[in-house]
Formats: sequence, structure tokens, C-alpha cells
Amino acid sequence: MANQSISSWFKNGTPWVWLNAGAVSISLVMVVGLLGLIAVRGLSHFWPADIVAVDYTEPGRESIQLLGEFIDKETVSALRLKSAGVDLPEGQTSAQRFLLKIGNRDYFGLDFRWVVGPWMSEGSYPENVVAVERREWGHFYGYLSGVKEDGQVVASDGAAWDELQSRLERANGLVDQIKAIEKHEIGDINHGLESLRLEARELEMAGVNESALQHQEIAQSRQGWNEQYKVLQKALAGLYTALNRDQMMMTMSDGREVEIPLSKVVDAYRPNAMSTLDKLAFYFHEVWKFISGDPREANTEGGIFPAIFGTVMMVLIMAVLVTPFGVVAAVYLKEYATQGPMIRLIRIAVNNLAGVPSIVYGVFGLGFFVYFLGGNIDELFFAASLPSPTFGTPGLLWASLTLAILTVPVVIVATEEGLSRIPRNIREGSLALGATKAETLWRTVLPMAAPAMMTGLILAVARAAGEVAPLMMVGVVKLAPALAVDTIAPYLHLDRQFMHLGFHIYDVGFQSPNVEAARPLVYATALLLVMIIIVLNITAISIRNRLRENAKASEN
Amino acid sequence: MVEHSSIGSVLPAANSPVAMRRRAWREFKDRTARYGVALGGVSVIFAIVLIFFYLLYVVMPLFSGADIATEAEYSMTENKAVHIALNEYNDVAFSADASGHVHFFDADSGKGISTPALPLAEDAVVRSFSKGDFSTGVMAYGLDDGRALVFKRDYKISYPDDKRQVTPLISYPLGERLVNVAAQDESLVLLTVQSNDEQTTLVGLTGKNTLAVLGLVREENFMDEDAFTIEEKRSEIQLSEAENITHMQMDIDQRELYLVDAAGFLIYYDISDITQPRLIQKVKAVPPGVDVTAFEFLTGGISILVGRSDGQIDQWFPLRDQDNNYTLHNVRHFKDQTAAIVALAPEYSRKGFLALDADGQLGIYHTTAERTLLVEPLLDNANAVMGLSPRANGLLTLSNDGKAILTALDNEHPEVSWHSLWQEVWYESRDKPEYIWQSSSASNDFEPKFSLSPLTFGTIKAAFYAMMVAVPLAIMGAIYTAYFMSPKMRTMVKPTIEIMEALPTVILGFLAGLWLAPIVEGNLPGVFSILVMLPIMTILTAYLWTKLPASFRESIPDGWEAAILVPVVIMVGVVSMLMSPTLELWLFNGDMPRWLDDIGVGFDQRNSLVVGLVMGFAVIPTIFSITEDAIFGVPKHLTIGSLALGATPWQTLTRVVLLTASPGIFSAVMIGLGRAVGETMIVLMATGNTPIMDFNIFEGFRALSANIAVEMPEAEVASTHYRVLFLAALVLFMATFIFNTVAEVVRQRLRVKYSSL
Repeated sequence: MANQSISSWFKNGTPWVWLNAGAVSISLVMVVGLLGLIAVRGLSHFWPADIVAVDYTEPGRESIQLLGEFIDKETVSALRLKSAGVDLPEGQTSAQRFLLKIGNRDYFGLDFRWVVGPWMSEGSYPENVVAVERREWGHFYGYLSGVKEDGQVVASDGAAWDELQSRLERANGLVDQIKAIEKHEIGDINHGLESLRLEARELEMAGVNESALQHQEIAQSRQGWNEQYKVLQKALAGLYTALNRDQMMMTMSDGREVEIPLSKVVDAYRPNAMSTLDKLAFYFHEVWKFISGDPREANTEGGIFPAIFGTVMMVLIMAVLVTPFGVVAAVYLKEYATQGPMIRLIRIAVNNLAGVPSIVYGVFGLGFFVYFLGGNIDELFFAASLPSPTFGTPGLLWASLTLAILTVPVVIVATEEGLSRIPRNIREGSLALGATKAETLWRTVLPMAAPAMMTGLILAVARAAGEVAPLMMVGVVKLAPALAVDTIAPYLHLDRQFMHLGFHIYDVGFQSPNVEAARPLVYATALLLVMIIIVLNITAISIRNRLRENAKASEN
Repeated sequence: MVEHSSIGSVLPAANSPVAMRRRAWREFKDRTARYGVALGGVSVIFAIVLIFFYLLYVVMPLFSGADIATEAEYSMTENKAVHIALNEYNDVAFSADASGHVHFFDADSGKGISTPALPLAEDAVVRSFSKGDFSTGVMAYGLDDGRALVFKRDYKISYPDDKRQVTPLISYPLGERLVNVAAQDESLVLLTVQSNDEQTTLVGLTGKNTLAVLGLVREENFMDEDAFTIEEKRSEIQLSEAENITHMQMDIDQRELYLVDAAGFLIYYDISDITQPRLIQKVKAVPPGVDVTAFEFLTGGISILVGRSDGQIDQWFPLRDQDNNYTLHNVRHFKDQTAAIVALAPEYSRKGFLALDADGQLGIYHTTAERTLLVEPLLDNANAVMGLSPRANGLLTLSNDGKAILTALDNEHPEVSWHSLWQEVWYESRDKPEYIWQSSSASNDFEPKFSLSPLTFGTIKAAFYAMMVAVPLAIMGAIYTAYFMSPKMRTMVKPTIEIMEALPTVILGFLAGLWLAPIVEGNLPGVFSILVMLPIMTILTAYLWTKLPASFRESIPDGWEAAILVPVVIMVGVVSMLMSPTLELWLFNGDMPRWLDDIGVGFDQRNSLVVGLVMGFAVIPTIFSITEDAIFGVPKHLTIGSLALGATPWQTLTRVVLLTASPGIFSAVMIGLGRAVGETMIVLMATGNTPIMDFNIFEGFRALSANIAVEMPEAEVASTHYRVLFLAALVLFMATFIFNTVAEVVRQRLRVKYSSL
């Protein structure tokens, strides 16, 4: 009887329905799990984790103290541990091991250390542990023992912490000043010298005599720039001396005493002494630093502002290019072209181009835009600076153009869809009132189709923001020396290379020397990129939905 | 009436000049808009189509053959030349005649530049001439008293007034002296020479049919770099009387000596130890009745080219067998010329060569690509010598009637052919034909190997495993979502899955490479237990559900099964992962990757399994969304009719809905496949990118797209490598375009069908 019911249960298909339901559940779990993973890992990067102090005793060795943050733990079999050089006692088949971020890379060699659970003492969380965020060599963990000025101890032990705060503030102020001078004022001078060099080269190419007046003028202004540079250099030297005044003295977990110059310190904090509220404030401060700061240490530390800026600039230029062209093409296909097999063919082709791999567009962009167009532009307009290329090399303009070609099918398809949703009677009404076709289009049809165009544009932007493969060929670099917008005419430099969030993820995650240390930063970058793209997509979807409702309403 | 309305209206009268002007203006604007939009639209469409043609335009030169064009023709008085050569810029030519005179002349006009005198005595009788490897420019004259003179053509390049000036000169690697190759009473009938910085080797055939081998090893004084001594090593090989040697060649590394005798035998000596030459093999190179008429090394000194009297050219190279013995193999042949081959000229840097036959036909060939690029008549007098320029773009021929022809060669990409791209190629020093992609290497005399087969194989492998994951999940999920799921849940589920389509693949690739790959490696049994347990647990849950009290079951409406299964899925995942170490210990001695290695299955951390999972995940939304639309779009009256006739929902689904929607599902799979084929970042980041051809799920691969991303930025513009990468892009373009077009056409048909139902 029971058998009978099972076979009939199979026969009526219920288990298969459940199996199909299972597929949905798996997909949902994967989607939500993935987003959750990125969110958790990305967000936890900024949280000032407590620093644990443990005694670690490997068999046959002396006990040592370790200071660090718990990053990960896993259960491993004895065999695997053995192949990693760890022998467990007889009979124990597996053990837990913990990944500890111990920092102090310049002293310990590695930022991270796997420690085996059974050999580790219960951890304590001493309040006076200081975590130092440094400009080089990653984090430092230790105990503050004093503050020095020009080698003389000015504060020690209890008083040192407060003294450190004020001196750190001063040092960071000085660093900002130095950066301002180096980046802007010296940058201006370099730019001035470079344009003088180009001027001289142009004169030379035009065949103007060496002794001509123009050459003398150039020499004179060069002299002027050089003098300015000397003044700045002097100022800089003074700032550097002031910056190098203070040092902090730290005791490491193994008892060694080391000195860290404050010029190398970004921030120092005592996570174990912080209240949750303090930590929250610190957290948001860190998030802000991440979004607004410049990268350090081969992109594995610091902020990602240049990457955000590069992505936004590229997408903006792409949007400016893609909208008019996409809309014009769609209007032509829908409103002007004679509908026939030819147009149907073109429509299929346009549709399919949206599915062509992005890397193919990258290859096209490199060959056609960069080498062919760019090379010719250089020969025509920038002959003076050859052989170093201006536009004949990957850059912002070519990246934007490549992505514009990549996304133009999206805009065309979306706009066409919007145009076809506009009821015929509206067009006919307008024409009946005596409006020309152009007027009908401009005054009635296009405004009604505007949300559709908007959807297309947003989808295009979302796709462009996430593309990396083609950009690797046409303009993205791991570290751009300057932003594409600055104070030097013509303010917007389309020929410059730029940084990009997606490429940043690839580069830091796969090309950096210290992947383990950089990983949290990659998660944070990924989270930011995912958020941007999801917000853009949700906007597009909601606009489309509203549009469909409106279309339905106007049909009735 | 007209009057009346014009009085009452604020508008100007219909025919008033103002109205006319305004109408004309509006008409003008309308027309402008029409043409403007048409122009804009057509040019955008043109720009899109341009991609295809631009790719094609870059790729085409790969497959075009070679071209020759005569640059200059003139008469030379010196007409006994046995050897001519061109310099790198095709402007200075060199000739050596049979009696010991050398001559530099302008390659364009034949005007003499210089005639250096060689240090030969007035009464010296030159019996033989030999040229070493083309790239070294070393030559030697053999005299009738057993002595030989080794000399070398050289070019000094200076730039007075920023203009290039080439000064040709003769230098002497062994100093301006004659060396004794054989005894004084023996004349050197045949001679071969090779020379480099360390060693010069000469082999002479004497009138007594013996081979005199002389090695001069330069040994630098380690105290003083300029001081050196030359050590002499010699030996003799007595040939049998039957061996009537006609050709003799030594390789550039002075290790191998090849002889050809009049009976068509190829005799192969190892002379790496000069004092003890060793006969390795004697093999008949031609069928009876056919003679060997030309004999040269291919560049690199590994392969030899044998030109025959029937116009065929054979390539031979030595292969090592299991016992470490070398034997010569006839690897490939070219049979595109009909008359006897009289001269062979190998290229300096590529594995190509030129052949001149007795009818005056010139053939241009490439060995590894097995390409005959050109066979064209060049000369009417085949008694000629030819000199190929180092860049293989110019050829000088000198007939024995004194007519010289300078020919420009256009032969940019001989090394690529349909055969070398897609079929197995037998490269030098490999023991069998293979598919290899190796575009660059650290060594200098490296031959790039462009086989797209391993890359295409990688792309297909990636797409296959991705589709294995994506197709079942996406289609089953779509079926449930469209047909069984409650509408309320559907409005939440569909956008959630669809939004994943926009997720940047660089993030998926990063997670695959740095998060998933180590997890999979560490918990391999767990991953497989998830795959097995998920369907089992789903059906078990379904069965247990029927056993739950009806009141509880009815509290949850139909169409929420997916929500009930979410905790089950999570539980299976968590339990499998927790059980993984135990399973591993129990079944695989605690380390499954090593266990796999032991049974002969290679394991990489970044493998196809990881790519399949993650790329499958990336493709799911595409397939899901289109399939769901197709199933949801099946007209309701069909399903209602079926249900009314007493079919269960499942029967209705399988017999009515799926059949109707099957074209839509097909097109969804095609579009998904297109996406999987072209995906770049995931395959780039989640595999080891080694171009191997093995379907093993635990090993990586190198896909076309990832290969382009890695190598394109480094490829030199317009080089063969650059164009081959464009070809790879074109292949991807065509593949996805075909998939998408098929899908699109099927979908449009479906749309018509639905509207007619």
C-alpha cells in the first residue's frame, strides 16, 4: 500500500515539481549568499577588531607572545597539518587552526600567521595595545612606551598616549602640506617646463633658427620656472625636517623595542580600549578615508578615490557619447526607415551585438581607436611630442568610446521598445493637427519615450561600470599618476590613463605581492561596485515598470 | 470663408508671405531632421558593423600569400659568382666568384662599391667555396694545396649628417692567414665551414675521398680578455669508394655534418667531438631515378632541406628515440615545383625558405605552417645564384650571363596557415605533431607556435562545465517560477535572480579565484556530497511534507515550495561542509587532491570545477530570464484546456507547456552559451591559464578570451602575434554572433506562434 502510494506519488509528478522548486531555492541561496558574503567581508574590513594577546608554545620551542587580530579559523586533518610541517600528537586526527594577523611585516616578515589551536593559550585583550596604521609595511601592533622629539624622550608610559595624539595631528598636517606642494605647485612647474619643451620642439620642426627671439623667450621662462622650483624645494626641505622631528617608541609582542617615526604613521588607535560607540565613529571615519583617500603600498592599503573618480569619469563620458547616437539610431530604425527584411536584419544584428563578448570590443578599441585613430591624430596634431604618443596610446577617451560602442545596442533596443509602446493614435493626432513629422517626434513622441531612453542609458551605464576586460586594453592602469581632471588647462585630459574599480579588484586581488593582506580591501571595493550597479539596475527596472504601467493606462 | 477665418485668427492668412515663409521653414526643418536622423542612424549602424570588418581587415593579411615585384634589373660583368648576399637594408650586395675574388656592389644599380683583395697568393688555385650560416656571413675558399682561407663579410654602419651610411668590409675570424685543413698534396674538392666567437670548424673533402675535419677552438686567457690561444683539433674520415659526395653541410653549432652522395644517400655524422667523428645514420633520401640537386640547412641548424631533381623539397630532422639514439626523419615535403631544384635560400629568422628550380620558377615556402606561399616564374636562365636579405624582404639573383635582378618580396606572415592554427604541427625537436600555443619565450631563436586549438578547446571546456551547472538549475528554476510559483513570490524571486545578470564578472572571478577555489580544494568531498545530496534531500523533503499533518500543510499556500526548500538547501550545504574533513579522512586518506594525484588525475587549485560553478552562476540569470518569459508566455487557454481534460499540472507542463515553449528554451540556452563562450574575467581569474588539452575537471585551461586579455597589451602592432590575437577575437565574435542569431530567429518565430495561438 505504501509502495503503491509512493509510485503514484512519483507518477503524478509532485517530486519533480519539488525538484524544480529546489532549483529556484539553490539559485536564491547562491544569489543572496554571494551578496551577503561580499557585504559582510567588505563591511567588516573597517571595523577596528579587538587585538588579542596569546601565548603560543610550539612543541620543543620556547613560548612566545603573539599580538594580532583573529581573521579566520578552520578545522584541518592531521595529514594536511603534517604536510604543512606540523605534527599533532598520536591519535588526534584533526585540529583547529587560526589565522592571526600579526602585522609588523618589516620585523616578522609576514603579516599573517597560522597558529594551531591546541598550542595556544586562552587569549587576553590588554587595553593598552596600540594598532598603528603606517604608510609603509602595513599595520603595526605593540605597546606604546614613549614619544621622542629629536631623539629625546618627551613623554613615556601613561602620558605618552595623549602626547602622541597631538603630535600625530601635527605630523599629518605637515604631510598634507607636503603633498599639496608636491602635487600641485611642483606639478604646475613640470607642466610648464614640458609645454616649453614642446614649444621649442615645434620651433625646431618649423625650422626656426636657434638664435631666434622665440628661443630666447623660451629659455627665459624656463629660467623662471627653475627659480620657482628652487624656492619650493627649499620650503619642502623645511617641511620635511619638521616632519621628521617626532618618533614613537613601541614594544613589540616579542619584547623588542622599536622606534617608528611619526612621518610614517597615518593613524594610531587602541581598539581594546574603545567603546562600541568609539568603534562606530572610528568605523565611519575609516569608511570615509577609504572612499576619499589615495591608494598606498601598490594599492593594497589606503583609499580608492582615484578608482571611483576614474570609473565615474569614464561612465559619464560614455553616457554623453552613447545617448545621442543610440537614440538617433533607434529613431531612424523605428520612425524613418522603411520596415522591410533589411531593417529586420539590422535589428537582429544590433540585438546580437549586445551579446558579443566584451573582450572583442576591447580588441577592436585597441586596434581601431588607439592605434589607428589615435596614431593618426598624433601625427596630425601632436607631432611635436612624438615619438611619445598623446592619443596613440590607451586613454580615457578611447576607453569611453569603446564602451560606448559596447553599450549602444542596449540604448537602441530600449529606446526602440519605448517608441513602439507609444500608441499610434497619439502620432496620428499630432499629424492630423498639421504638425510635421519632425515636430511630432520632437514634441510628442520623444518626450513620451524619454523614460525608455533613460532606462536604456541606465542599463548601459550599469553594464559599462562593471566591464573590465575591454578596459584592460584601452586605458585602465593599476596606478594613474594624475586624475583626468585637474587645474591645468584644458582641465579635462582625455588622453590620460585612469584607474577603475573593476580593474582595481582584478589587479589588487591577483597581481599584488601581498594578496592576503589586500583581500579585505578587495572585498570592500567589490561591495562598492556591486552597490553602484545594483542601485543603477533597480532604478532602471523601476523606471521601466512605471513606464509599462503608464503605457497600459494610456492604452485604456 | 478664407477671408473670414483670417480675420478671426491671430495666425497669418494661409497664403500670406509670412505663412508661406513659415511653412517653408518648417518643411526645411522636417527635411533636415529626416536626413539628419537617417544619416545619424545609418552611421551608428555602420559603426557597429565596422567592428566585424575591422577585425577581418586586420586578420586578412595572415592568409594572403606572398608577392614579388621586380625592383631593378641590370647587367654585371662579373659573371662567375658562386655566392651572392644582400645586407639588411637591401642596398649593398656581395658576390664571391669561383676563383677567389669578392666584390661589393650597389644592389639597385650594380655599381661597384669596393673589391677587397683577399690574402691569397697570385698562383693560388681555388678549388672549392663554402658559405657558413647566412646569418654569420662566414665563408671560406679551399685551395688545391689542402689549405683554406676563412673570411667574413661585414658592414660598418655610421650616421654622418643623420644619414645612414653602410661601409662593407671583409674581416678574418682566424686572422689574415690560410689554415691547413688537409695535407699539402691534397686538394680540397668540397669544403664546409662554420664559425662563431668560440670555435671555427672546417670540413674538407680531399681528392682521395677522405674527409679532413679541423676544429679551431679559441681559448681566452682568463687573466687578459684580449689575449687568446687557438687550439687545433683534427681528425680524418675515410669514405668508401662508392660514396661519391656531391653536397656537404655543417650545422651552425658545429656539431652535425651531413653529406649527400651521388646515389641519393644522406650521410649523417656527429662531429661534436672533432677528434672522434661518429657516423650516425646513412639513409636513402630519394627514390630511384631522382637525384638530390640542392641541400641546405633551415635556419636554426636543426632541419635540413633536400631539393630533388623532380622538383620536390623534403624537410628532414633528427629525432631521439627511447634509447637516446638520433635518427633522421622525413617530416614533410613540398611538391609544388616540377623542375629540378637548383638553389635553396633559407630565411634568417623564420622557418621559411625560397627555392629556385631549373625552369627559373621561384617558390616561397614555410615549413612548419606547411605553406607554399608563391610559385612564380622569375628567371629565364636557371643557371643562377640567389641571395636573400636578412629581413626576407628582398632577393637578388645573378644569372651566369651576368643578368642581375633585385626583387622585392612581400611576405609578412608566412608562419600562419589554416593547418598551423587548427591542426597538429610537427615542430622541430618535438617527437610528434602537437597542438601548441606558445607565443613568446625568453630564448632568442624561438619559433612562436600559434595553434588556436588548445585555446578553443579551453573555451569549449569552460562553456561545457558552466552549462552543466547553469542549464539544469536555470531551466528547472524557470519552469517552477513561471508555472508553479505563487504570483506574490514570483514578483520577488524574478528580479532577484535577474539582477545577478548585471553583477560585474570581475567580482565573480575574484571570488572564484580567491574564495571559492581554496574552499573547494580544502573540502572537495563536501562539494561532491552537496551535488549528490541536494536532489536526494529535496525529494525526501517533498515526501516528508506529504506526511505532515494536513492542517499544517494547508497553512502554507501552493507555490511556496521553493521557500520551504531554502532552509533545506542551506542545511545540506552546511552539513556537507562540516562533514567534508570526516569524509575525506574516511574515503581519501585525509587529502583528496593528493589522492587524485595518486590515481593519476591531475589537480590544480584553480580548476574547471570552480570555473564551472562560478561561470554557471553567471549564466543562470540569462537562461533563467528568457526561459521564464517563454514559459510564462504560453497562452493560458492551452494549459487550462489541458487541466480541464484531467491532466495533472505536471502532465500539462511536460506535454503542453514545455513543448510549446521549447524554441524559447532553446534560444535561452544558445544565448547563455554565447555568454559563457565570451566571458573573460572569470576564466582569466579562476584558472591557471595553461594551454593544455585535457578534459579533466580538476585541471585548468586557457580560454580564447583570457588569452587575448593577457597577451594583447604586449603584442607588437601588425606582427603575426597581433593578427593571430585579432583572429581569436574574430572567432569569438563569429561564434557568439551565430549563437545569438540562431536564438534570435527562433525567438521571433516563437513570438509569431504565440500571437497566432
